[in-house]
Amino acid sequence: MWQEGTAVDLKTTITAKSLKNIFFPQIENLLAFERQGQKLSLEQKQLPAEKTIAFGVRACDIASFNLLDKVFLKQPVDHFYQARRENCTLIGLACSEPEETCFCRTFGIEPASPTADAAAWLVGDDLFWQPKTTKGEELTAAIKDLFTEAEGGDKIVAEQQAQVQALLDKMPLAGFALSDEECSKQAEIFESEVWEELSKTCLGCGTCTYVCPTCHCYDIRDYEVNDKVERYRCWDSCMFSDFTNMAGGNPRTTRLARFRQRYMHKLVYFPANNEGAYACVGCGRRLQKCPVSLNIVKVAKALGVTKNV
Amino acid sequence: MQKIEQLIKEKARDLLAAGQVTSVIAWQKGEMFYDNAPGYFDNTEELDALVYNAFCAANLSKYLIANTKKDEKTAVFLKPCDTYSLNQLIKDRRVQREQVLVIGIPCAGMVDINKVKAQGLKGIIGITEDGDNLTVETAYGTKQVARAEVLLNKCLACKGSAYAVSDETIGEPMAVKHAPYDRFAVVKELESLSPQERFAFWQEELSKCIRCNACRDICPACSCEQCLFDNPESPLAGKANNNSAEEQLFHIIRAYHVAGRCTDCGECSRVCPQGIRLDLLNRKFIKDINEFYGDYQAGADADTNAPLLSFDVDDVEPGAATKGRE
Ligand code: SF4
Ligand code: SF4
Ligand code: SF4
Repeated sequence: MWQEGTAVDLKTTITAKSLKNIFFPQIENLLAFERQGQKLSLEQKQLPAEKTIAFGVRACDIASFNLLDKVFLKQPVDHFYQARRENCTLIGLACSEPEETCFCRTFGIEPASPTADAAAWLVGDDLFWQPKTTKGEELTAAIKDLFTEAEGGDKIVAEQQAQVQALLDKMPLAGFALSDEECSKQAEIFESEVWEELSKTCLGCGTCTYVCPTCHCYDIRDYEVNDKVERYRCWDSCMFSDFTNMAGGNPRTTRLARFRQRYMHKLVYFPANNEGAYACVGCGRRLQKCPVSLNIVKVAKALGVTKNV
Repeated sequence: MQKIEQLIKEKARDLLAAGQVTSVIAWQKGEMFYDNAPGYFDNTEELDALVYNAFCAANLSKYLIANTKKDEKTAVFLKPCDTYSLNQLIKDRRVQREQVLVIGIPCAGMVDINKVKAQGLKGIIGITEDGDNLTVETAYGTKQVARAEVLLNKCLACKGSAYAVSDETIGEPMAVKHAPYDRFAVVKELESLSPQERFAFWQEELSKCIRCNACRDICPACSCEQCLFDNPESPLAGKANNNSAEEQLFHIIRAYHVAGRCTDCGECSRVCPQGIRLDLLNRKFIKDINEFYGDYQAGADADTNAPLLSFDVDDVEPGAATKGRE
């Protein structure tokens, strides 16, 4: 959250953590109970009403919000998520210096043409700005004194866009693509022998899940002090040993099963339920952060669900 | 280090081909050139993917806990620092010594890709090691960086080229070159602060924690079958900081639990996605142990009594650690 005086960094392409916590915070109180003698009082937490602006969001993170919408805005709607999402005006910032871990184009994301309420391009010291939605128009009108009409802006932006494409062509993951047909073979992939080898070195920590912009599983728990209880939800990770622990036990008792679940969800189950959309945006955070360098690219290649482009 | 890689491959091939070991633990090539990962090699065909270069920081010792539970022999290639971790695991009776074939390999210091990037380099496509320099090829051009400037923090505190435990070694010992480094410098600075200032420092630092548990899961000293923070019966979230007490508790309990067993391998700080200086907590304990009981290096041997696990009438009294610093 920006405050007067905070230095702004527009150079970093990919932040360490994803931005999902602006709509889906890592921890959030939902309900409070208190016992007073024989009575129990309940207090439901107010929906967040604060209006926010997210500035500088990269195309991959914007795409991740569209994927999260498919989960949280479907019936039954998650009102906390919805309120934050609706209260926020998103300003995309085109990438000008992609990283070697970037593979957003695999998922049809255009890093130099962010789709948000407004899009911005930083070329040298100039910031080019284009409103894209009503919300974006409203914000633009409110701060119109900051802008001047950009002469030849389209051309300058187009040049940068072409440069970014050329840079991405040079990156190691430029040719990485998933085969929809292969990814639809659910049973075959589930039974694959490669899971054992792949999951052997996994530590079972939650780094991948927590830095991932599309992982969205959560747990609901009670925090109890004396006669007061706060019911909260917090991010959970399918990599943790107690994930899916329920009455009757845990159906996924091995690391292999938990590891497989994460990738089945991203590559197979999510697209099967969401018109073919993979639950990955190619931001490369996991490539950067996994302590033992496991990642979706390695997994997809080992499973043989990639295709040549 | 290319020569060493060749020697490792040959050694692994011989061991597997002769059936002397069931599997070999080493590093395997990643998608990039810098994301080499720990890997198991069960047959000679898999060895093409084996790699050893400046990006093999991962400490392989902890995998041996699982491996030696099986009735088979495993060969493991360990850098000097990694051997201390394995030795401590042997001392803690978490690894069966006779089931491991330890092959010590020399190390010239591992490179921190984040430090390379911090020099303003993006889109890194390849790095070639030539002596004290690295040539970094990026999508934006080529640049030279001095290896000494981009070494991992843990390598700045390298324990040297000797192996704490090994059955065999490969290659000649290598020197790790860098500017002088005092691993306790920041600990001393923190000690000189007032308790309030110190509390504020740690509150700020630990509030960045996302409770991914990577620090715990990578740590060779964190070898409990089930961590107490993974108890669903407790009000502890274990996966999120449900209040500031928990984030502090987690790190303090972990630091206490590894005190005296932490070899200062530096893995926790290396893997933390939030860049939290966990080494400062562990090094505070190490420094105190050194001061109170004489210099002690966990993992240096597998049989002597550790200072925190033995009692002597001359031992310091409780509270000694805070005396004079209130
Ligand atoms: S601490 Fe020493 S032995 Fe270990 S990786 Fe660093 S330089 Fe190599
Ligand atoms: S690795 Fe870092 S962020 Fe993850 S739990 Fe440990 S201190 Fe927290
Ligand atoms: S606490 Fe950190 S430095 Fe110490 S043994 Fe564990 S991972 Fe290594």
